[in-house]
Amino acid sequence: MNFLEVKNCVKHYGAIRAVDGVSFAVGAGEIVGVIGPNGSGKTTLFNSILGQIRPTSGRVEFCGEDVTGLSPLELSRRGVGRTFQSLQVFGKLSVRDNLIVAAQEFKGTLHGRLLAAPDAGLGRHADEMIELFRLERVAQLPAGSLSYGQQKLIDIAMAFMPAPRLVLLDEPCAGVNPGLVDQLRELLLELNRLQGGSFVVIEHNMDFIMRLCPHVICMVEGRVLAEGEPETVQSNPAVLEAYLGK
Amino acid sequence: MALVALALAPLGLKNYGIYLLTLWCVYVMAGMGLNLTVGYAGQMSIGHAAFLGIGAYTAAILMKLGVPFGFVLPVAALNCFLVGLALGFPALRVQHHYLAFATLGFNVLVFLFIRNEEWLTGGTFGIAGIQRPKLFSFSLDSSLSFYYFVLVSTILLAFVLWWIVRSPWGRAFAALRDNPIRAESLGVNIMAYTLLAFAIGAAFAGIAGCYFTALVQFIEPGPFHVTTSLMMLLMVIVGGSGKFFGPMLGAAIVILLPEWLRFMKDWYLVVFGLSVVCLMVWLPGGLLSLQDRFFRKA
Amino acid sequence: MSDFLQLIISGTATGAIYALAALGFTLLWQASGTINFAQGEFVMVPAIVTLLAMSYGLPLWLAFLLACAASMLLLGLGFKRLVVDPLIRHGTIPLVIATLGLSIGVKNLMKSSYSAEAYPFPNLFPATLFSVGDLKISVYDIGTLLLAGAIVFGLQAFLNRTLTGRAMQAVAQNTEAATVLGIDVKRMVLYVFLINALLAAVAALLVTPTYLAKFDMGDTIGLKAFYAAIIGGFNQTRGALLGGVLVGILENLMGAYVSPAYKEGVALMLFLVVILFRPEGLLGRVEERKV
Repeated sequence: MNFLEVKNCVKHYGAIRAVDGVSFAVGAGEIVGVIGPNGSGKTTLFNSILGQIRPTSGRVEFCGEDVTGLSPLELSRRGVGRTFQSLQVFGKLSVRDNLIVAAQEFKGTLHGRLLAAPDAGLGRHADEMIELFRLERVAQLPAGSLSYGQQKLIDIAMAFMPAPRLVLLDEPCAGVNPGLVDQLRELLLELNRLQGGSFVVIEHNMDFIMRLCPHVICMVEGRVLAEGEPETVQSNPAVLEAYLGK
Repeated sequence: MALVALALAPLGLKNYGIYLLTLWCVYVMAGMGLNLTVGYAGQMSIGHAAFLGIGAYTAAILMKLGVPFGFVLPVAALNCFLVGLALGFPALRVQHHYLAFATLGFNVLVFLFIRNEEWLTGGTFGIAGIQRPKLFSFSLDSSLSFYYFVLVSTILLAFVLWWIVRSPWGRAFAALRDNPIRAESLGVNIMAYTLLAFAIGAAFAGIAGCYFTALVQFIEPGPFHVTTSLMMLLMVIVGGSGKFFGPMLGAAIVILLPEWLRFMKDWYLVVFGLSVVCLMVWLPGGLLSLQDRFFRKA
Repeated sequence: MSDFLQLIISGTATGAIYALAALGFTLLWQASGTINFAQGEFVMVPAIVTLLAMSYGLPLWLAFLLACAASMLLLGLGFKRLVVDPLIRHGTIPLVIATLGLSIGVKNLMKSSYSAEAYPFPNLFPATLFSVGDLKISVYDIGTLLLAGAIVFGLQAFLNRTLTGRAMQAVAQNTEAATVLGIDVKRMVLYVFLINALLAAVAALLVTPTYLAKFDMGDTIGLKAFYAAIIGGFNQTRGALLGGVLVGILENLMGAYVSPAYKEGVALMLFLVVILFRPEGLLGRVEERKV
């Protein structure tokens, strides 16, 4: 059985077909890359899967259950995490608190958390994650005061804090300095090995995608143009044309 | 040290001075609640005086019926908690400016209600002759003993706020404030926390309302007008919203400063209003953000 | 029946004035994200300035022009430069507080430096009544309605038909895109502040004969402007008009048929209903949450 299955997902804005019938599947523990030129509907597809927007039609299944149109909250409860294309950290909280808040809501009951220890028993886990992402030096600083690249790392670390079964990463490398990109790839592979979750990654950095994802989907104008092993997709003439123009 | 100062403060003062200090405590209680709603959870509220009013009238009506203060307090708090919960619902649908007006509108409605429904609230005549509560058999009639009673209550309430803010709830409120969309994708139940932020803030104001009634012993609609809500919001923001001691400093400025600046007469409000503008322009984080700024430079 | 129609007509006239203040408020929000809690004072100041100028012997029209100029300079340019520009990047709340402070400050400045009394204000239109059938209509109401209507539709035409107007709309809808298109965003925002000040001055001219010129006359009209703006739809210029007129009419009807004590609550209840069931306002567009 497939872990995540998207069936004929469509999202129209008036006459604009942002996502125009996309189907794909992700197996347990698999890493799938999504590439495509700007405006090809990748983020809209993510947002439709993740309940940020409601797809016009189509179906999203997670572990065999129909989750189409569920709110982001309900999806996160089922173990679906995400990162955002733009910066999305809690600016005034410290880095460590950012990580704790990312996982605390999955522990205990609402009123139980009022009486729980201030770190909700997640302090050690947060510290491990901080070590993994090499954020020790900034752990106590407000997240909003850090550099773009560091905030990006925090965003990713937050998504992995509750050990989700599926994570959708929207351009994790954008704005991260090139030296960090390799480190980021190693990190994701390490997390895949440690937590065993499946990933779907949108990325423009081809090198990153080619070396991270065994399976790649190329989207153009809201449709899947090509799908398969990274080398095959990359050498597909139609893909080259979509990227480079005629 | 601050506690010792507060304990010793009334000793050199006449009755009116003690009255002002007690009033300061009352506004600190309400301000702490508003700080939770506005400062920690990032919601907008210009209707907090309505909760002060609901608390005060609940207390007045029940105390006139002879219900003991120890029983009145939780009833008023619960009453406000529930109304606050109801007011939280618009907050789920609208943000910032809309919310500002929705809460303001709520305040006006409550004000009109207490002014017009004479059978319940006495209308513009208010409710007079309310007895000060007794602590067990110990009389709190003197202004000094009542001040200590209110001071201790304020400290207890501050402890409750401190507990909430340092618990995982506090962190979830901050997440809601800083980035609700991200928070939701991390399993933070936005709806529950938004409603709680309003309801707890309202309950604090309801409790403050009970002490207000016991302090002034005569209530009428005047103190629960939108103007008071604005003043309370000023207290929180001017002191430093989202800072634990913000409302204490803010309430001192709004309640005590006018007394020291009496010689200015009408000009006081001119100076006050325009200094608020200047303060916001230079220190949008409120007075307590001054120390952050100072430390960052040092 | 004729009572009812009379109430509707005078309500529409009052509502048109609310609409003027609401319109400026809406424009200000659209173009710069400013919520102006001192909007009522922006109406009060030109009213007092007009009276002040007239006390030096100026005729009404000249005094009013002077008030318009003063209003645009102080409440348009000055307000933008000194209060909004430095604060806008800190988000909504500091700006709300600052405009609240401004409201308190300006109101009391007028009280202490000018007067705490209420002064009669010259009527632009005569208060005479004329009859249509058994309907008695006051010239004042009709004049107010026509003038306010002309201004609203004139402004609408300006925004939709002229190049500058369209540029202003572009800025209101998407500042970044407008910048990319080479629109002088700063200048357009400044225009909006000036127009707001001007609209407030006109509203002052029309409303003061009924409200009397007093330092706190802005309290009511400012609030009504907010409600009207939101009821109609915050992101729609036409919405302000609809909201204003709706509030004016319903207030009149409530005062006459239900209870004068709750007349002030009408705008509010309507507003709360709108917020709950159609938060984008009656004519507003839904703004999708940005992710």
